[in-house]
Amino acid sequence: MTLGIEVAGLRLRYRDVTALDDLSFTLPGGRIYGLLGRNGSGKTSLLSVLAGFRKASGGTVLVDGQPVFENPGITRQVCLIRETGDIGDRDERVGEALHTASRLRPGWDGDYADALVDRFEVPRHKKLGELSLGQRSTLGMIFGLAARTPLTLFDESHLGMDAPSRAAFHDELLADFMARPRTIVVSTHLIDELSPLFEEVVIIDAGRLVLQEETEALRARGADVTGPAEAVDRFVAGRTVLRERQLGRTKSAMVYGGLDERHRRQARDAGLDLGPVALQDLFVHLTQPSGGPR
Amino acid sequence: MFDDRSPIYRQIADQVKADVVSGALDGDEQVMSTNQYAAYYRINPATVAKAFQQLVDEQVLYKKRGIGMFVSPTARDALRARRREHFFSDVVDPMVAEARAVGIPLGEVVARIEHLADQDEQARRAGREDR
Repeated sequence: MTLGIEVAGLRLRYRDVTALDDLSFTLPGGRIYGLLGRNGSGKTSLLSVLAGFRKASGGTVLVDGQPVFENPGITRQVCLIRETGDIGDRDERVGEALHTASRLRPGWDGDYADALVDRFEVPRHKKLGELSLGQRSTLGMIFGLAARTPLTLFDESHLGMDAPSRAAFHDELLADFMARPRTIVVSTHLIDELSPLFEEVVIIDAGRLVLQEETEALRARGADVTGPAEAVDRFVAGRTVLRERQLGRTKSAMVYGGLDERHRRQARDAGLDLGPVALQDLFVHLTQPSGGPR
Repeated sequence: MFDDRSPIYRQIADQVKADVVSGALDGDEQVMSTNQYAAYYRINPATVAKAFQQLVDEQVLYKKRGIGMFVSPTARDALRARRREHFFSDVVDPMVAEARAVGIPLGEVVARIEHLADQDEQARRAGREDR
């Protein structure tokens, strides 16, 4: 079972700070989404509202067509794993926390949780407060997967995990998603590492939506045009240029969108080199105060 | 495995085509499933599905409902013909440009190609004598 998300005109204010500002998007269920944004862009606020942890100041947030806040029928089906991996009391032992989760989550798969705890070597007898950041994050991930909730939200949940553990976790996430399709939203700063897992990405900045797009389509939109400075200038004139760099007489310009096969041929004929752009580079320039395609 | 820049689905599609051209994948042979590809490359299954769809559109693969994806029996010949069309512009012209850039006389390049052609010819003759 999967849950879709509809957000319309969502606003969230903390006293005089606007965390989310007129945010609107629709996420069909059954996919893995990446939620990208710089620090303070509102990712955690958004996920907290989606999980029903916070009440929106305005607008609507529907999960499976129903309001989330104070709606146990929905919140029971949503699991948010926060960056701190705060899944229980500091004094609670890992084994106890697992037991608590099994009582709270109707879809909890205890055997799966146990297998993951063994595989990722999380010490069962330790208190949550005694775990390292990496172990806490790993346990959080395990909770998120074993909960098997139709909507699962991971908020920077991999903090402190080393690269091999993250890779193993990504394998697990994919395998379990394919075996039991559900809606998964992952917020992260590790864009190039995680983006292959995302079918779509949602980018927010300063509480507003920058874009929502299929990951592959977004990746295809950027191109680095490199060659003699004058030729590059002629080619990029009138286009959205996200960044320019010059080394001697050679110039490189990152253009965004609007390049079809004919343009690519023109560039090659003009002696220009057209290279792809990493998603992370696109992201950096789409969320810069001065940049952005708008 | 993939560079993190060009669209991954295109890279998968190119790889399947390369396997078909090299003969690693035969006509009417079943290719791995979307999920197997996704797990192997650690990518979203929708991305693999997109690559497969492109290959179906290009008639490299065909779909058997409920079973999976198979290599079109005509795919290898068609792909080889397409590669032949672009061989001179994609392979020979850049090679000539590189030879010029580093100062190798084109006569030497031609001599090398003739040498390789001679070897082919000798191998063919040797094969005939064996029989």
